[in-house]
Amino acid sequence: MTIKVRYDVVVIGSGPGGLAAAIAAKKNGAQDVLIIERDIEPGGILLQCIHNGFGVEVFKQDLPGPSYAQRFINEAFQVGVEFLLDTMVLNITRDHRIAATSKRHGFFTIQAKAVVLAMGCRERTRAQVRLPGTRPSGVFTAGTAQRWVNVEGYMPGKNFVILGSGDIGMIMARRLTFEGAKVERVLEVMPYLSGLTRNYVQCLMDFDIELQLKHTVKNIIGKNRVEAIEAVAVDDRWNYIPGTEEIIPCDTLLLSVGLIPENELSRQAGVLIDPVTAGPFVDDGFQTNIPGIYSAGNVVHVYDLVDWVTEAGLIAGRSAARLVQKGPQLNSKTIPVKAGENVRYVVPHNLNPDHLAEDDIRIQMRVRQPIEAPVWVEVRIGGNLLHRKAEPYARPGEMVTIPLKPAHLDEVKAASELTVAIVKR
Amino acid sequence: MKNYDIIIIGGGVIGCMTARALSRFDLKVLLIEQESDIGMGASSANSAIIHAGHDPMPGSLKAEMNRIANPMWDQISTELGISFRRCGAYIVAIGEDEFGCLTALKERSDSNGVTSEIISAEEMRRREPLVNPAVSGALFTPTAGMVDPFAACVASIENAIQNGVEVLTETAFTGFIMEGKTITGIHTNQGDFACRWVVNAAGTYSDEVMHAAETCQDFKITPRRGEYYLLDKAEIEMNNILFPVPSAVSKGILVLGSTHGNVLVGPNSQSTEDKENKSVTSEGLAEIWQGAQKLVPSISPRSVIAMFAGLRATGNAACLTPGVNYNNDFVIERSVEVNGLINLAGIESPGLTAAPAIAQRVIELLQDSGETLIDKQNWNPIRPARPHFNHMNREEQADLVAKDPRYGRIVCRCEMITEGEIIAEIHAPLPARTYDAIKRRTWLGTGRCLGSFDMPRVVDILAHELNLPATAISKKGAGSEFLQRQTKEVEA
Repeated sequence: MTIKVRYDVVVIGSGPGGLAAAIAAKKNGAQDVLIIERDIEPGGILLQCIHNGFGVEVFKQDLPGPSYAQRFINEAFQVGVEFLLDTMVLNITRDHRIAATSKRHGFFTIQAKAVVLAMGCRERTRAQVRLPGTRPSGVFTAGTAQRWVNVEGYMPGKNFVILGSGDIGMIMARRLTFEGAKVERVLEVMPYLSGLTRNYVQCLMDFDIELQLKHTVKNIIGKNRVEAIEAVAVDDRWNYIPGTEEIIPCDTLLLSVGLIPENELSRQAGVLIDPVTAGPFVDDGFQTNIPGIYSAGNVVHVYDLVDWVTEAGLIAGRSAARLVQKGPQLNSKTIPVKAGENVRYVVPHNLNPDHLAEDDIRIQMRVRQPIEAPVWVEVRIGGNLLHRKAEPYARPGEMVTIPLKPAHLDEVKAASELTVAIVKR
Repeated sequence: MKNYDIIIIGGGVIGCMTARALSRFDLKVLLIEQESDIGMGASSANSAIIHAGHDPMPGSLKAEMNRIANPMWDQISTELGISFRRCGAYIVAIGEDEFGCLTALKERSDSNGVTSEIISAEEMRRREPLVNPAVSGALFTPTAGMVDPFAACVASIENAIQNGVEVLTETAFTGFIMEGKTITGIHTNQGDFACRWVVNAAGTYSDEVMHAAETCQDFKITPRRGEYYLLDKAEIEMNNILFPVPSAVSKGILVLGSTHGNVLVGPNSQSTEDKENKSVTSEGLAEIWQGAQKLVPSISPRSVIAMFAGLRATGNAACLTPGVNYNNDFVIERSVEVNGLINLAGIESPGLTAAPAIAQRVIELLQDSGETLIDKQNWNPIRPARPHFNHMNREEQADLVAKDPRYGRIVCRCEMITEGEIIAEIHAPLPARTYDAIKRRTWLGTGRCLGSFDMPRVVDILAHELNLPATAISKKGAGSEFLQRQTKEVEA
């Protein structure tokens, strides 16, 4: 393809968020829509997620990752989204100028009327959880191992210990077992699971893989290759409990210790980042503080289900198309949304009541402390309850969603801010 | 048996710089390194500082070598095409109690012949806004600088290779071949080599090389481990080198902005008998953080993106200058007990700084013993630097990609390292054959994702370029392979 000088909407990343944003932008009237993807094919991290569990909300079907991605790739081609693959964006300016490079097209710059950031997230590493010990080969993030096994077709070890009960870690425990490896143990420093319960059941319990909560790695042992790890129990303040140390022989330590939105390009463009989510501050249309720069999916906050990422992408793409056609909405008042009682964070950070007049606005949050009992998810204005929803429990590994409806419009319009809370029923 | 004039044992910065210094003469020189790559010992984990020379004990060989070597770095870095920044360094006094120490440090600096000045707290805060507001003053040493220590090793050995020096990696010294009191060769795990001279630059193992020749039985290296933490560029930016007021054993835990743009904090100092123990510890982390936050309170362990430890080759040699009571001096000598041995031992800090002067001293020691060194007619001191995409401006990047499209494909997203750079290192004069060798040369995989993204891609490129199966590609040599087998391969 030839690269145009100008595009209506440029989407950075072709994972589920980026694909949905590009499709929505095109369907809502944007003319030239381009996705820039650094890998050699579109689909993002879904391509290495060959397990099922994708699409239950969007398609009412349980699909493997690549199949889920393919539906959107097909649709993107059908509606005329353009793709630049094997291409890395180097820089985005606040006035939407994008510099990128690829082996095929060389170095180039393009101008976009609107940009959707959909770079996804990356995995936390050994250094970020500051794991002591030597630095041998055989300490990998779960996602790197997943790429090796599912995309490249190689086993990165024989005997594994997995630190962290994140979803990718648990899924890899099962996957590695299928491929003939032994997963000795999954260790989790928190007193609760950090991924989805269904993954604990289907990936660990079903394969008799032991999960130890309130345990971590105290030492990595081995000069060239991992030879063993030293596990230890921790107290409520994450201090090692002396006497609980255990040497577990293994040749590989996989880390599934959290994901961080990937916002280096966003920062360069002047996008402000919420220190709690590590993603941009966004409004209900996923616009950042920089007019015309939107963000969608795991680059905003780390979701638990791909279906929500797709939905966020659709909203961001629609917002970008609206901007391209109608120009910026001036003088529209926005209402801040704040994380209240037992809520770690909430997205969006503010909302435009005019949008609520047209459609529901979904408010999504993560609970701070687990509640293993029926809860209320509440939206409050000052001390007063605006709206609430019942949930059977609240767990940090599972996102909580509450929709605001057009019926709430008048009260929201009059509010100076909204607060969300998760409390015992 | 292959025959050499000189064999250098050890491919750290001392061995590499010595090889380069000797390459200008008409000599047959071999450097052997037991690891899979050069620069994997102390040269791979240190503070990356070209010290002004204020700190060593006046009258010691450390002080002398530091003083001679410091001014050499401008020319060397230019010839070798490596980045060097003469930015100066600050010894920062925190609180009024420490301010008094600056006068003593200034006196020490003066007696070492090193330029320095005491600056006010206000001036220190102006020059480094991140410094602890409780600063009471600082000693500024303007001649200190910052270099990439891996680049110094790689560039000097490459220049040596260009000029005819041979290098063997994964080749470990196992003993001397002697005729009476004269060395005539060495045994290695790769066979025997004849030579007239051996230069012992074996770092933490330099005592064992001495003992193998039945010399210097009292000399002992007791490594001191130093842990370091590297911080995310996006979280903290600093361009200065800040030392605390020093303790008896070390220059203390410092905070500096490295040549790569990351803030580096460390090292602590823990004696160990284990010459391979390069582990990081939770105690070390706590110690380093306490030290670092004393200088720069705003830095947080949350912004750590990499951690590592190095071993200082701390010896127990007494200073030979009469009247100087100091027992951890460098050993730079021609052995008097056997013929044909030059020892470069106990080279801890300021070893990186001192390396070019130590290399020069090796030449003098050879000449003093009657060796006639004849200049090579075609010696070329220039080692051309290879392109670094991320260090270029947009126009230069565009030009580079236009010339060679492989520089247009980014393999490491955090540090923006291209396929072109990786391939160039694999086919360099000293080929980079492992992941870590490429990492040290390009700075790939040192960013926030710590290589999670690039690792499978680099393994693939290495396998392709070296024409090896992916399962043969390692992190740092034999035994550290990444991959065990193909998924559908039936296990034996």
